[in-house]
Amino acid sequence: MKVLAFAEQRDGKFKRSSFESVRAAHDIAESLGAECVALVVGSGVAAGAGELGQYGAARVIAVDDAALASHANRAWAKAISTVAKKEGAGIVFLPASQMGKDLAPRVAVQLEAGLASDCIALKVENGDILASRPVFAGKAVADVRVKTAVKVFTLRPNVFPATTGGAAAPVETVAVAMEPADRVTVVQSVAVATGRPDVTEADIIVAGGRGMKGPEHFALLESLADVLGAAIGASRAVVDAGWRPHDEQVGQTGKTVSPTLYIACGISGAVQHLAGMSSSKYIVAINKDKDAPIFGLADYGIVGDVFEVVPALTEQLKKSK
Amino acid sequence: MKVAVCINHVPDTETKIKVGADNVSIDRAGVNFMMSPYDEIAVEEGLRMRDKFKGEVIAISLGNEKHKETLRKALAMGVDKAVLLKEDGERDSFGVAAGLAEELRALAPDVILFGKQSIDHDDAQVGILVAEMLGLPSVGVAVKIEITDDTVVCHREIEGGHETVHTKLPAVFLAQKGLNEPRYPSLKGIMAAKSKPIEEKPAVATAARVETVALRKPAAKAAGRILGTDKTAVPELIRLLHDEAKII
Ligand SMILES: Cc1cc2nc3c(=O)[nH]c(=O)nc-3n(C[C@H](O)[C@H](O)[C@H](O)COP(=O)(O)OP(=O)(O)OC[C@H]3O[C@@H](n4cnc5c(N)ncnc54)[C@H](O)[C@@H]3O)c2cc1C
Ligand SMILES: Nc1ncnc2c1ncn2[C@@H]1O[C@H](COP(=O)(O)O)[C@@H](O)[C@H]1O
Repeated sequence: MKVLAFAEQRDGKFKRSSFESVRAAHDIAESLGAECVALVVGSGVAAGAGELGQYGAARVIAVDDAALASHANRAWAKAISTVAKKEGAGIVFLPASQMGKDLAPRVAVQLEAGLASDCIALKVENGDILASRPVFAGKAVADVRVKTAVKVFTLRPNVFPATTGGAAAPVETVAVAMEPADRVTVVQSVAVATGRPDVTEADIIVAGGRGMKGPEHFALLESLADVLGAAIGASRAVVDAGWRPHDEQVGQTGKTVSPTLYIACGISGAVQHLAGMSSSKYIVAINKDKDAPIFGLADYGIVGDVFEVVPALTEQLKKSK
Repeated sequence: MKVAVCINHVPDTETKIKVGADNVSIDRAGVNFMMSPYDEIAVEEGLRMRDKFKGEVIAISLGNEKHKETLRKALAMGVDKAVLLKEDGERDSFGVAAGLAEELRALAPDVILFGKQSIDHDDAQVGILVAEMLGLPSVGVAVKIEITDDTVVCHREIEGGHETVHTKLPAVFLAQKGLNEPRYPSLKGIMAAKSKPIEEKPAVATAARVETVALRKPAAKAAGRILGTDKTAVPELIRLLHDEAKII
């Protein structure tokens, strides 16, 4: 049996979530007595792919083709399922990143497999995998079993460890024939803002709500985020008011995040907001209302004015560096 | 242009989730249901496409009798037709997708819209499963869809930015927040929706591929600490983040 882990890269650089899924695949393979194989897709990707061995891949397969330079979801899904079939993989892991979520359902249909998405824990029981996934925006957890012969899982970023320890792995190149229909959807260009990390990938998030009083005061949160190397998050109230862009919204109708540290500033903690950030490892709340629901979830709270506490925090962090 | 929009009927976002007696589904007693928020965005986009290119918008939901409330809302927003694919039991995403794909194959729309995910099981699968089952192109988490003849240019959200994606119709699109601001149904729309028929037919049977073994509440978090009421609490906060949480 083989466990295949798809590793996402952009411009030849792997995402941390890819290391996490390779490591998770390694751990599952080990408990099943199976081999962990990592897979990369793209153009010019074979050269650096041996690095995945450090996260536990015994071998790396590269579908390395100039025609796959841009992410074409049908072509990439075909590459993954073709390799899975050729290897006889029984289990396929992908990160639950935007790319992983775009590919996994297609891969599942092509492999006649069931798909458990956005898993936060995996356990081997009697030779089968029991996967846990948050449902109802984290208000409940479902333990699920995939019943098909081949099983596909996507793993929530930032939840599984990306432990290193292996040696570089050998890389084989596999060719997968593509047809014009596979390239009917192609990514023509990618615009990624530089500087701050994205909320879904950040280790630390500084988030602001209506208590920030106006868009101009988010400069206070940006200074704090700069000191911490953090991303900026926002409540829906401030996104709806046009103070912050949609892609920063955290919550049930925004992003689901699991950073190590979430600092909520002037956010009341409505259920829909908590839904998106309750799986953060540490939560700090700064709110002047001692009865704000956010304090029910916070590890550390300061019942105070954001305009006083946030600048003090920024200054003292700068000094302690 | 023929546009189909697939919509799901889900618990209200305020709902407190209680695990049902069967330990695999929620206790539905006292739970308010509504149209899944991303599906509202999909309906709005469908209405705008119809208004621009002429044609019709058809809303489809797979589920029990209660899903008619959400179909009724889509009619009130302005869709032309509503179809309920009847299923009284629970289905996994694959089962939902197979049921929808069967109906969509017969309808052969130019555009099929989904929400990027339902807010019940948070699966984010059904739209792309249907696209693959029908052999159609798809663009996920779309925040902009521009159609010129049969060519489409989309913006799709990715981590920290967006991709510009090109594709061709017929195609599947998954609506993300930011695509549009969904309208509220007008009083006239609500009245008109009452008399519009909802076509009903059984959803084709499929075998489940993913089985829920248990549904449970997440582990409760221990109560946190209030460190103070002004900036004098900041040094203690920094100490805890350093010594206890080991983040800084
Ligand atoms: C279908 C649906 C989906 C939703 N999805 C989301 C979602 O995805 N994400 C989301 O966030 N919300 C969502 N909401 C909205 C949610 O219900 C709340 O309205 C929203 O989260 C409130 O945002 P807020 O905390 O910024 O504002 P408020 O609730 O107004 O809270 C502001 C807080 O700031 C504090 N404050 C004010 N001044 C200061 C000061 N000087 N110093 C310190 N504290 C101060 C106040 O005490 C208060 O607690 C959704 C709602 C619905 C109905
Ligand atoms: N029962 C259903 N009936 C119709 N459409 C659905 C149903 N379930 C999910 N969908 C559609 O599929 C999208 C993704 O759902 P999911 O994969 O469940 O997160 C939703 O936003 C809807 O557009």
